[in-house]
Amino acid sequence: MTWLHAHRTADAPSDVAPTRGVPLVRVNQPGSSWGVPWQELWHCRELVYFLTWRDIKVRYKQTIFGAAWAIVQPLFTALILSLFLGRLAKVTSDGMPYPVFAYTAMVPWQLFSQALTEASNSLVANERLITKVYFPRMAIPLSAVLASLVEFAIAFLVLVPFLAYYRIVPKVTTVTAPFIGLLAVLVAFGAGLWLSALNVQYRDVRYTLGFLVQIWFLASPVAYPTSLVPHHWRAWYGLNPMVGVIEGFRWALLGSGEPPGPLLAVSMATTAVILAGGLYYFQRMENSFSDLM
Amino acid sequence: MAVHCDGISKRYRLGERQRYRALRDTLTRAMVAPVRRMRRAFRHQAPGDGRGPEYVWALNDVSLEVRRGEVLGIIGRNGAGKSTLLKILSRITTPTTGRVEVYGRTGSLLEVGTGFHPELTGRENIYLNGAILGMTRREIDRKFDEIVEFSECSRFLDTPVKHYSSGMYLRLAFAVAAHLETEILLVDEVLAVGDAPFQKKCLARASEAAHAGRTVLFVSHNLLAVNTLCSRTICLHEGKIVCEGPSHQVTSYYLKDWITRLTEVVYSDLARAPGNEGFRLRRVCVRPVNGIPADPITVRTPFVVEIEYQKRDDRDSLELVVDLLDEHGVHILETWWPYERPVPSGLIRSWFTVPGDLLNAGPHRLRLSGAFAGCALPLLEDLLVFDVQDSGDLRGLYHGNWPGAVRPNIEWRTEQLGALSPGDDSPPI
Repeated sequence: MTWLHAHRTADAPSDVAPTRGVPLVRVNQPGSSWGVPWQELWHCRELVYFLTWRDIKVRYKQTIFGAAWAIVQPLFTALILSLFLGRLAKVTSDGMPYPVFAYTAMVPWQLFSQALTEASNSLVANERLITKVYFPRMAIPLSAVLASLVEFAIAFLVLVPFLAYYRIVPKVTTVTAPFIGLLAVLVAFGAGLWLSALNVQYRDVRYTLGFLVQIWFLASPVAYPTSLVPHHWRAWYGLNPMVGVIEGFRWALLGSGEPPGPLLAVSMATTAVILAGGLYYFQRMENSFSDLM
Repeated sequence: MAVHCDGISKRYRLGERQRYRALRDTLTRAMVAPVRRMRRAFRHQAPGDGRGPEYVWALNDVSLEVRRGEVLGIIGRNGAGKSTLLKILSRITTPTTGRVEVYGRTGSLLEVGTGFHPELTGRENIYLNGAILGMTRREIDRKFDEIVEFSECSRFLDTPVKHYSSGMYLRLAFAVAAHLETEILLVDEVLAVGDAPFQKKCLARASEAAHAGRTVLFVSHNLLAVNTLCSRTICLHEGKIVCEGPSHQVTSYYLKDWITRLTEVVYSDLARAPGNEGFRLRRVCVRPVNGIPADPITVRTPFVVEIEYQKRDDRDSLELVVDLLDEHGVHILETWWPYERPVPSGLIRSWFTVPGDLLNAGPHRLRLSGAFAGCALPLLEDLLVFDVQDSGDLRGLYHGNWPGAVRPNIEWRTEQLGALSPGDDSPPI
């Protein structure tokens, strides 16, 4: 099915406006196409804004710690990793204090895992919206991903006193950190598109998700440095886009290791593949969501 | 021209909407399919054309044109395809075949309160819901006061809606939807929810929209409302338009020919009966207390409504709700089996007796709904349609129309308070 024209006009007429002649909406037989309805998504940007705002607003309602959870989770994970892996298992940390090493990785990791989880469950969680109202469905996983940026910002700000405590002066390269964070968002969005659309049809996704995130965590250099990975594995290891993201993030903040240029390039390439595939699959499945719910 | 549909059909795989698939099922199907396909080839059969038993056509080759400013009524029995048609026009689902052109923005009152979040305040929900329905923020800003006034909830604007009463919730939700100013308005059975004043408000709003020159597509079982609101009506039956024309003609035709008297429904194929895995309807009937479903029911005879079903598990809760409506869709009564009361598993019959001297003469329509294990069962409109016949007694010498939704046997008494004294004009006080 192709929608040739925008459904919602950005500036709605206050009264019933004559829209003679041109059909605003044309429904044809379903068919596959590569066209992502960018224009339509742009028209519903306010909806994306409101959905994001809702997700943020609602997330910590009826909790005691509220937004502090955004700090507690990555911080405690980093501390526990420091205790068991840094102190007991003596995992190397590229010459950095292990807690710093772990927390700087936890910040982008938390962004990624949260965005991925929220995006994957978003369509199913908004079932009532999908079966009752029309709007470009992509607005739902998109806003779920955007909502997790708030926690990222909070966790990122906590990095400043954290580094100060260890007397580490942030490098100039810190300015690139948000861009590397953006890459994590794109990976999460791409994978989230796949998983959320699959989740509509196969609820198995819900049960696989926790497991998948766990494995992804182990396959990313959060708790250990990439230098531990044998050289002949590196090429394959680098295919995980989060490797480039996390190494890049550490390099940006701490200046540890060499600039992860090639690693980041590979990450960007795999991200592009995941994202393009996700957009295509989501766009193809979009029309059947309400029937499958 | 506002809406132009050209031969649209919509096919659902049976069970597709009721249950999501587990990967396991698909894998099983993938393994079985080649075998089945081979067997079919062996028997020289044509491959399935999609019209086999596991598919239903909710809409079948429907062509329709709605002019700008027209108010079109859509009537039909359950599963006739009315809601599917509106869903296609509002883009929620896509037709399997056919072409639709919609000229202008569509807004729908398919379900008010979609997207309301219980944790957010009334004010926040107005913005959120407005955005979901397709309003821009500027539009909402402009209409905000009007919406609040209409909802009569201004005092609770900054209270989370989870603390609202259900009436307030509904009013606020409807207020937002009612201020959606689209060229085309789709209305589906909102009138089935809410109390009488609320229903009145809904109808008033729909007719306001109609008078303002907007195009309205109105789906309802309330034939009176369809007659008053719509100039033209279509009647759907099994996914096809069977009748089209001026509303009063179509509704009377529908009453006469399409609401056939049905005092007993038996679902012989349990797998396709309404319900879900845990609950399947088997038989529903209405009969006089001492009689069979074919026997006549008069205004004086008590009658029994029997519902037979299969229930899988003792522990699952079950609620059955029966509504009686008159021929125009005026709601006469509702009665239910409450979910707190346990129901054993097995083949079960639930029944109740409606006393005599209650209903008025005329066709009556029975609606069944309910919930099983916390999930709503499908709403079955016009599941049974039965005539209540005039018994002839109680009327005295009057033979005309006996108005009213009900006709209880109300006893009158007259007594003399005092005798007239001769020459007195007024009675003694």
